[in-house]
Amino acid sequence: MGAHSPAILARGVVKRFGTTQALAGLDLTAEPGTILGVLGPNGAGKTTAVRILTTLLRPDAGRVEVAGFDVVRQPDQVRTRIGLAGQYATVDELLSGRENLVMVGRLFHLPRAEARRRADALLERFGLTDVAHRPVKTYSGGMRRRLDLAASLVTEPQVLFLDEPTTGLDPRSRLTLWEIIREQAARGATVLLTTQYLDEADQLADTIVVIDHGRVIASGTADELKDQVGGDRLDVTVAAESDLEDAVRALERHATGPAHVDVAQRQVSVPIRNVPGLLAAVVRDLDARNVRPLDFRLRRPTLDDVFLALTSAPAGPAGDECEEAA
Amino acid sequence: MNTTAMTVDPVPVYRRLYWALADAWVVTRRHLLHIPQQHEQWISATVQPIIFVLLFRYVFGGAIVTPEASYINFLMAGIFVQSVVMEGMTGGIGLAHDLKRGIIDRFRTLPMAPSAVLAGPIVADTLRNLFIIGVMLALGLAVGFRPEASALAWCGAIGLLLATSFAVSWIGSVVALLVRDPEAVQVMAFVVMMPLAFASSAFVPVETMPSWLQPIVRHQPVTVIVDAVRGLLLAHTTGAAPWQALAWCAGIVAVCAPLSVVLYRRLARE
Repeated sequence: MGAHSPAILARGVVKRFGTTQALAGLDLTAEPGTILGVLGPNGAGKTTAVRILTTLLRPDAGRVEVAGFDVVRQPDQVRTRIGLAGQYATVDELLSGRENLVMVGRLFHLPRAEARRRADALLERFGLTDVAHRPVKTYSGGMRRRLDLAASLVTEPQVLFLDEPTTGLDPRSRLTLWEIIREQAARGATVLLTTQYLDEADQLADTIVVIDHGRVIASGTADELKDQVGGDRLDVTVAAESDLEDAVRALERHATGPAHVDVAQRQVSVPIRNVPGLLAAVVRDLDARNVRPLDFRLRRPTLDDVFLALTSAPAGPAGDECEEAA
Repeated sequence: MNTTAMTVDPVPVYRRLYWALADAWVVTRRHLLHIPQQHEQWISATVQPIIFVLLFRYVFGGAIVTPEASYINFLMAGIFVQSVVMEGMTGGIGLAHDLKRGIIDRFRTLPMAPSAVLAGPIVADTLRNLFIIGVMLALGLAVGFRPEASALAWCGAIGLLLATSFAVSWIGSVVALLVRDPEAVQVMAFVVMMPLAFASSAFVPVETMPSWLQPIVRHQPVTVIVDAVRGLLLAHTTGAAPWQALAWCAGIVAVCAPLSVVLYRRLARE
């Protein structure tokens, strides 16, 4: 890798599918050895970006370099340095876990003995030794995902791309994957991780970029992003749905931004700048409107709030046809 | 951020060729490892030609008059070629399946030869066809097939059948990369390959067909290949020479193999 080149560099990347603009001038930078979290609502262009960075898709315009090599002009140089684990397990269902890993190693041009050694070590590390010789079609979803990640690590990549690696996994499998992702960064790999789970980005990423409609709308560390939303959040839960409207009116007088209402939870959430006496004033206003709060909570903003403030769409692990098609 | 992409020395041609072959073998092994999981596919691939041999030998055969040889001797070359031609498209169906799943993405992020992804299943299919030819031959001998070929002619006939299998598989790859849907490939295989296999000299002498149809049938590749295989097995020299049949196979590969690789590379454009 060049002395000063970032591990991932994208400048003004544009990609269209027919009339759909998937990427509209995307910029990304990741320094070697860091974890970059890419957040965005469904259809924001996350998967398209990953596919371009991993040479699966050609950009219509813009400059993209991975590990110092141009993805369009030097794809083979990029391919010897990257690993990709996608949303959909990219392993052979009819082969066993071990056969899959050995095959990837051989196609990476490792000597046979080395391919086998790495396969066995990864199966061991990922807790798949017991099922190593069973066809992948008999694996559970979590096992399949771990095997897929293992397949992308056979090549000991400098830059690892993980497209929603934990979507649909149970909490225990997620924690195992998180641990492995941290290990990869610790051994010096650069990791780009797309996720719909904000706590995942919060937990893992050194830097987070939020993308929407194919371009970056915010970036920074988790704390920097939270500061961007401004101040604190006040959540008020009311006893009856009919109280929500009055609660919003009372709270908005003190808020620094628009209120978010969660009707199902009977909760109103507003951004506020906490100054002495403010909370007392809020309580008096609620009282004056006969609103009885069941719960009254002042907190730091979460990435969820950042997401809601920055993008029009709510975050959530929902299905996503648009990204699949890409 | 003014970085410039690094430059790399180009890889010499002989090294590329070596790795293309090595990669193709790894992918071939992948498909050979599938065999124990695919009993159904193997059974249907073997049973179909067996049914054809028996049907034509005992049901239709009595009504078909072949001037130069007994019908079973006439038939076997046709059955061999027909089954190799129809089987050749199964590789395309498999490729269309792979394109819908993620495994092709895995291959495309590895620094391997694109041609290997396509050649692997084709080599595996060709080996499978060798097995099927063996099964049919054994059955043919049991129901009265009496070839008169020399050892050399046998090698020529089997080599030609494998070349046909290889060539048809490349057509399957092109179709799979164009339509990318297993069912659609299956339909295409039926609609295109079925008439080609039957409107040929495989099952009936061309002379029994209407005069307007004869020139078409006589010159289409399946007839050329069937006549060549038949000539080799029955040790007579009428019909097309083996080199003509081989030229057809070579021509198909020369067009379809590079076209498949171009189409495969174009996957990155959408």
